[in-house]
Amino acid sequence: MTPDAPASFHLAQFNVATLRLPLDDPGMVDFVALLDPMNALADGAPGFVWRLVEEGRPDATGMRPAGADVIINFSVWESRESLWDFVYRSGHLETMRRRREWFHRHADAHLVLWWIPAGHVPSVGEAMERLALLRSMGPSPRAFTFGSAYGAGEAAETETATA
Amino acid sequence: MEDIEAVALLQDPLRRRLYEFVAARGREVGRNEAAEAVGVGRTLAAFHLDKLAEAGLLEAGSRRLTGRSGPGAGRPAKVYRRSGVERGVSVPSRDYRTAAGLLAEAAEAAGLDMELQDAARRRGRALRGPGGSCGDLGGVERVLAGRGYEPVLEVGEGGRGVLRMRNCPFHAVAEQFPPLVCGMNLALLEGLVEGSEGVRVRMDPRPGWCCVAAESSKDNED
Repeated sequence: MTPDAPASFHLAQFNVATLRLPLDDPGMVDFVALLDPMNALADGAPGFVWRLVEEGRPDATGMRPAGADVIINFSVWESRESLWDFVYRSGHLETMRRRREWFHRHADAHLVLWWIPAGHVPSVGEAMERLALLRSMGPSPRAFTFGSAYGAGEAAETETATA
Repeated sequence: MEDIEAVALLQDPLRRRLYEFVAARGREVGRNEAAEAVGVGRTLAAFHLDKLAEAGLLEAGSRRLTGRSGPGAGRPAKVYRRSGVERGVSVPSRDYRTAAGLLAEAAEAAGLDMELQDAARRRGRALRGPGGSCGDLGGVERVLAGRGYEPVLEVGEGGRGVLRMRNCPFHAVAEQFPPLVCGMNLALLEGLVEGSEGVRVRMDPRPGWCCVAAESSKDNED
């Protein structure tokens, strides 16, 4: 257990990706084919806690709270390390490597991280707020990135102060 | 300690053999194991291992090698592993790391993954040397070793050879921009193994290893 990630906090991750083509376009076949294997890989990854799925569907690709052509990815992990190892140190990196084939680049931040009390299931509204916070204020204990990560302790203090 | 002093410690041949042995293990190594591997006594090995740890080239820790604990388990043994700290010396002084970080930051912001991969693939081809081939998997292994990847040959599915790399030569920028830099690395190695019949490279990232594996596809039926 690292001092930055006591068991009482989990790390929430939310990102948006703007599609180059609709998901049913032939140009997206490879990406769509990777959805189920990548979700299964996440579900079985060390430190995985939760991911968003649309009711009655295997994933959340049909949910478009950030725009008609913007898909979202929303999950919870036990620590920064477990999330990092899944995103960048597993078969998932292969999908990241090919991201420009499928997604437009984002001028603004497209990934946000924040700490939540263990057991809390975060809402999409909460995630959109955190992303907006990161975009407007830059990284802070309440909304940060891999490159500017804050510990759960700092986040807890800030949450209390702003509550 | 300054980089140049730390690096100079490796000039001693025995110390360098100990350092390379510990680095190649990829895990914690005890004094006895290191001493046996390089063929010197435990006390002499311990002296040099501690020198390397003082310089920050190795990290020292302690561990009960027997797996027992409590009374009678004995004192924990001192163990060593390679430090994650980078040491570099350039004469005259150069700072390519800052340049690489800035270029990667700009490429990431501009979404230049494909352009970078194209450039890397061309560079990989240019590195193949005379005849346009590195040879078989053994030849690829030698080229990768020469470029600092620290390849380790393993036996994969179907008895085929698989090369995994202990070291990422682009570590600092790869940690900052993983998809961009790992994609560049794969493309570089794709270019490098073009012309090596029966050898292919693919993404196979694992914690603590380079993101790419090279494998022999000779007995591959697909």
